[in-house]
Amino acid sequence: MFESITQSLTDAIGTMTRGRLTESNIRDGMRKVRQALLEADVNYDVAKSFTDRVTEQAVGDQVLKSLKPEQQIVGIVYQELVNLMGPAESGIDLRRGEMTVLMMCGLQGSGKTTTCGKLARMLREQGAKPMLVAADLQRPAAIEQLKVIGEQIDVPVYSEPPSESTPVKVCTNGRKEANKQGCDVLILDTAGRLHVDDELMGELTRIDNKLMPHQALLVCDAMTGQDAVNSAKSFNEALELDGVILTKLDGDTRGGAALSVKAVTGVPIKFIGVGEQLDRLEPFYADRMAQRILGHGDVATLLETAQRVLDQEEMAAQQEKMLAGKFTLDDFLKAMSQIKKLGSMGGLLKMLPGGGQMAQAMEAMDGADPDRDLGRVEAMIRSMTLDERQNPDRIDRSRRNRIARGSGTDPAEVHDLLKQFDGMAGMMQQMAGLSKKDQLRQVQAMQKEMVNPGASIHRKKERSKRGPTDKNVIKDRRKQERKRAKDARKKNRRRR
Amino acid sequence: MGLFDRFKSALTKTKDVLRTDVRDLLKAGVILDEEKLEEFHRGLIHTDMGVTAAGAIVDELREKFGGRTVEPDKVWAVVKDKLKEILRGEGDCRWDLDDPLSPLKLADSGPTAILVCGVNGVGKTTSIAKLANFLQRAGKTVVLAAGDTFRAAAVEQLTMWSERLGCEIVTKPSGADPAAVAFEGCDRAAETGADIVIIDTAGRLQTHQNLMQELGKIHRVIGKRLPGAPQESLLVLDATTGQNGLSQASKFSEAAQCTGIVLAKLDGTAKGGVVVAIRQQMGIPVKYVGLGEQIGDLALFSPDDFVDALFADV
Repeated sequence: MFESITQSLTDAIGTMTRGRLTESNIRDGMRKVRQALLEADVNYDVAKSFTDRVTEQAVGDQVLKSLKPEQQIVGIVYQELVNLMGPAESGIDLRRGEMTVLMMCGLQGSGKTTTCGKLARMLREQGAKPMLVAADLQRPAAIEQLKVIGEQIDVPVYSEPPSESTPVKVCTNGRKEANKQGCDVLILDTAGRLHVDDELMGELTRIDNKLMPHQALLVCDAMTGQDAVNSAKSFNEALELDGVILTKLDGDTRGGAALSVKAVTGVPIKFIGVGEQLDRLEPFYADRMAQRILGHGDVATLLETAQRVLDQEEMAAQQEKMLAGKFTLDDFLKAMSQIKKLGSMGGLLKMLPGGGQMAQAMEAMDGADPDRDLGRVEAMIRSMTLDERQNPDRIDRSRRNRIARGSGTDPAEVHDLLKQFDGMAGMMQQMAGLSKKDQLRQVQAMQKEMVNPGASIHRKKERSKRGPTDKNVIKDRRKQERKRAKDARKKNRRRR
Repeated sequence: MGLFDRFKSALTKTKDVLRTDVRDLLKAGVILDEEKLEEFHRGLIHTDMGVTAAGAIVDELREKFGGRTVEPDKVWAVVKDKLKEILRGEGDCRWDLDDPLSPLKLADSGPTAILVCGVNGVGKTTSIAKLANFLQRAGKTVVLAAGDTFRAAAVEQLTMWSERLGCEIVTKPSGADPAAVAFEGCDRAAETGADIVIIDTAGRLQTHQNLMQELGKIHRVIGKRLPGAPQESLLVLDATTGQNGLSQASKFSEAAQCTGIVLAKLDGTAKGGVVVAIRQQMGIPVKYVGLGEQIGDLALFSPDDFVDALFADV
């Protein structure tokens, strides 16, 4: 998400900061920034006031005469982005001892039903007992869809046949049923409607009046164009929204809607949907999003996700093995499956500072798809016998050919994998003997290696501890030895 | 309500945006300066037509009328002509109001296959139902293939529509290979001698490569059962979509060789202006437009009416 806006912003700021920074090239650059924002579907007025504010702050003497004006400008842009999208109050306040009612609304096809499921799943993980109410009596099979989702996440769904009911009735009956079953969160999945459809908007207001939801959440498609602001405004006027959930942010949308909705309506963005699976819902943080937009990565979210999805015990056990130098291909496979839980490699890279550009570079190079490579590696390891995984040294040419055939790869690829693994294992063994500080230094060196394309981790050849290993030094020393021997021979001859 | 009127009512909002912002500033005797052009630019951007297309129009206005006192009629004529010219393209698509099937390329013999794709939640299934209804009224027999085996209850949704329409449907249980459903759909159409088979696909974001490859496979498999098929590969586009529509059009075209667009949800305040940019940059024409939730709310797209309705009473 946001790649292109990140790219254009970086370009625009780049042109500004190349050469001497003057008022006129700041204005030029800001025009490009505005263009980039408009191309990203940011509302026209929002884009204009954004660039006006940044320009106003940037052309001041304070910035131009400061030590590093270009960094100051990036700082201003970052701060304004945060102001634009924040302050976000993510999360849902649950009432204690009382049922919390959440109402979801939005245009058709914005992803309400799926988001209901994601939200229910998230709340249940946090210890609540949610119930879903199928108040969408409009779309054929909408009730079935919610039921299937409810089954998948094991959350009760209340519904009534559409021909004999009205949305208001379903919701009130749903609340009674939830009380009976002891649920403490009620999520109402209302039908998608156009904000200009007065009749359906009236129905929404009636549900609102009757059930008094504690939170009314607007589900908004992140791919929406200039119209996002209009619909958000109308829904806000009808319901006084408490939050917005942006969906479909996993596409290549530039997410301009995200930047506009908060700015125009003042309704905070609470969550973002980043995938079709029911666990792909993330809380929204303005500062982290601003960092991502500026291509600075989002390590905080990455760490949080890691803590949530990774098996801590498994990780600890692996680390111990690594330090003991007993890391086998089997462990490598386990580590890989853990990493996979975090999402695609491309997505992971984008969360790291500067990783976005790296991911782009990889995409530009044909065939460098880290996810596919991971899949191949997995296939290769799975084609080895258990014994081979423990003792990779045992793999000779014939075994290598067998593994390649079994995994549909080339023997050379198997060879490369083994070599890489050998290098890694060796390094780990080395690291095991080092102090914490030196370990850190090693890791940094390794990271530097990784950025270098085509580099692989090589295990240094082990030399005897007696002397320096450098080729030239050895050569010199041999030369000196020969000379000494020659001199000695001469001396001996003279004595005779 | 005539077709022209429908366009008009569906596009009133679009027109409003353009009219209120632009008509005022282009009154007779007004000097068209940069500030005025800027406001005009704003109005065009608001239709989602994109920075490039809007910029091109503003540039043309600047060249022709910049700094001069302008007459609104003249300016409107320029804008209309420009938009019509972009949307009409180079005669690669016909929109004949007397023949509702005119934009579609039909097979010379045997069933015609129409593949329908798009991102999640744009209204593919509803558009398919509308299209089936449209074709049935034109006297064609239709077979539906429920190729969305991924989303919960998507097959049920299409089955309900087929019951309402009284047309045949081919389904497979959830999780089945969509290409197999497509193949069987073509098979059924060929056996029963139906005129047209419409193949639904699951919504997918254009960035998910494996899903796009799956779409490519569906496209290939259809061609295997019915040589030369699918004759039409329609991309359903939500009128509220912004500039992302461009990316959708290009990536879906790569996988499924899109031959046309169905512009859905044009009855909201959204303008659907991105089709101008798509037509301009990729040459994919709009063939039909969705104007509401009812089964009859599908109309033939017509660039002249589209643009004329846009500026009807200016």
